[in-house]
Amino acid sequence: MEILAQATTGLSIASILLMVALGLAIIYGITGVINLAHGELVMLGAYSAWALQTFLGLGLLESLPLIFLATAAFGWVIDRVVIRHLYNRPLDTILATWGIGVMAQQAVRLIAGGELRYVQMPESLSSALPLGGVDIPMMRLFILGLSIALFVVTGYLLFRTNLGLKLRAIAQNREVASCFGIDSDRIYGLTFAYGAGLAGLAGAVISPLKSVSPEMGTTYVVDAFMVVVLGGVESLIGTVISSGIIGGLSGSIAYYFNDTIAKAVVLLAIVVLIRFLPQGLFAARVRS
Amino acid sequence: MRITRRGLLKSATAAGAVSAVGFPHIWIKNSSLARAADGEIKVGVLFSLTGTTAIIEESLNKATILAIEEINAAGGINGMKIVPVVEDPASDPATFAEKARKLVLSDKCVSVFGSYTSASRKAVLPVFEKRENLYFYPTLYEGRECSKNVVYTGAVPNQQQDEFVPWLVEKFGKKWYLIGSNYIYPKEENNYCKKLLEGLGCEVVAEEYVPLGHSEFSSAINKFKSLQPNVIFSTVVGDSVVALHRQYRAAGLDPAKMPMASLTTSENEVAAMGGDAAAGHFTSAPYFMVWDSPENQKFVEAYKTRWGGDKVTHFVSEPSYFQVYLFKQAVAKLAASDIDPKTIREAVKDEQMVAPQGKVQIERDNLHTWLWPKIGQCKSDGQFEILKQSSEWLEPEPYKAYPTMHCTEQGLSES
Repeated sequence: MEILAQATTGLSIASILLMVALGLAIIYGITGVINLAHGELVMLGAYSAWALQTFLGLGLLESLPLIFLATAAFGWVIDRVVIRHLYNRPLDTILATWGIGVMAQQAVRLIAGGELRYVQMPESLSSALPLGGVDIPMMRLFILGLSIALFVVTGYLLFRTNLGLKLRAIAQNREVASCFGIDSDRIYGLTFAYGAGLAGLAGAVISPLKSVSPEMGTTYVVDAFMVVVLGGVESLIGTVISSGIIGGLSGSIAYYFNDTIAKAVVLLAIVVLIRFLPQGLFAARVRS
Repeated sequence: MRITRRGLLKSATAAGAVSAVGFPHIWIKNSSLARAADGEIKVGVLFSLTGTTAIIEESLNKATILAIEEINAAGGINGMKIVPVVEDPASDPATFAEKARKLVLSDKCVSVFGSYTSASRKAVLPVFEKRENLYFYPTLYEGRECSKNVVYTGAVPNQQQDEFVPWLVEKFGKKWYLIGSNYIYPKEENNYCKKLLEGLGCEVVAEEYVPLGHSEFSSAINKFKSLQPNVIFSTVVGDSVVALHRQYRAAGLDPAKMPMASLTTSENEVAAMGGDAAAGHFTSAPYFMVWDSPENQKFVEAYKTRWGGDKVTHFVSEPSYFQVYLFKQAVAKLAASDIDPKTIREAVKDEQMVAPQGKVQIERDNLHTWLWPKIGQCKSDGQFEILKQSSEWLEPEPYKAYPTMHCTEQGLSES
């Protein structure tokens, strides 16, 4: 019974990590932009959920498509206005996206105030499902389901559509792809928008379990980068596996010891793994 | 350029003369005499308005300004107006120290009202002790401090737990789970709690600390389910409080059988977690917004009128409010030329007033405050129901967990 409880905890933590990291994996994998504003995109998703609930009375589930579109639009704007000029300058994108993150945080604080905000859990998801002797919160099951669904959708998008083909081409070599007539600027914009939308969705579904505050994004961007770096850039499977590993490891260590030790050990494990596999677990094999 | 002795002597004299004239506070020891000049009493207000702890420190700033405005509207102190110098230390202890230095040295404030976190208080303490100024600290804290330059108006562990812990043991049982954020305040509170529990024959099934700001509690909740404690004594702070309560509720645990007892869950956190997640859990504090007294009704109404009808008052904003009045009472006893941090400190000893929570008094030995701890249970509408009010006010004993140490009027003594 304990094992089942721990397994579900590990899966739950992993699914939250996956949702947050999926957008970053797309952005970093395809465009090579190190998006330090990713945490703020998660935060904006959470705040959009709060705003739609408070001012328009929409429940969480109904507002999810709107939140996706809103954060995707914001991501697209960031790309068009700022990132577009920095495609060949990776170090500068770090600074630029970090600056955008700071501005977004403070703007939200000025507009919505610094207090912790409340997002109501949908009625249908407020109970706990008894499964094999363990009570699993419905909200966590929903997040698990949603993260798997988004992963499948993203995989389909990347590997079975024309757009995905173009994305993968640009990821391999941008200049040569342009020679083939692919409008890389527009594709980059769409990629950024999609990654931002995913981040916004993550923020929205996590907010009923935690709280909404302007600085909630900072922890998420660190976690997202850990997942992406460990899993290997450009690898969707890698993102899933690494979020599974990190989630399961933190869940079980936190159970047997405590959360502080779990955090430290997980970070140490990642450092050690990266030392031996610098490209992450699933590195793209390229002819170099 | 050749350095001649004549040239060196000339430039050294010039530099000396310039520094003596340009920086007079180097050699004038009594520049503090200018403090209460022009019918104005300058005080510092040092609460974070930006940054992570701004969420709560904003309300402390508001309560302080409200009190100052009320006092000024009623004529000030002996006709002199209080002029607040507001600084924003941005939730960073190093900035707290820097701003404190500014308020004490260049703004020449006679006292400063400030701080929420212990880290910020510890950071500014050297400034106030070295410059012999006075700091009014309104926040509940872990005790174990005996500074003669700080007036502590928040509760210390013995005031919060001496009635709370036995009441919980009697109502719920003897198996306790202690969970807190990983820093000094929860650790000292748990230390005191363990001493009380030992005396009551209770068992501490687990004691764990989570990182500050941590919000993933599914492992902790698994442990609650497997260890089945009677009471979960929670000293997590900030975001963690909200996350813990919401995830406890989502996991279907029952507060009637395994309640969470907290020292830090106030009306603010309850608003952020929703009445659903807060209902049924207990908090011990000297003040709750629903407390029914004429002084509290006046305070809450004034606060809402000044700052907005949706605002809440809580057990840190109430001391922020009444400590300004205690300051006023102390200064009102002094002659205008005699207003100095040292004289204010002597004057504030044994001062008492009827605060929104009840009658409070500054204890002369340790500069802490006699308070009225109450036990509240949260309702689903977001307000607390006060189940027990202490029959007597409780003496503050910051070193009660350390029987060999005592805080006396002269300082810390060890026996």
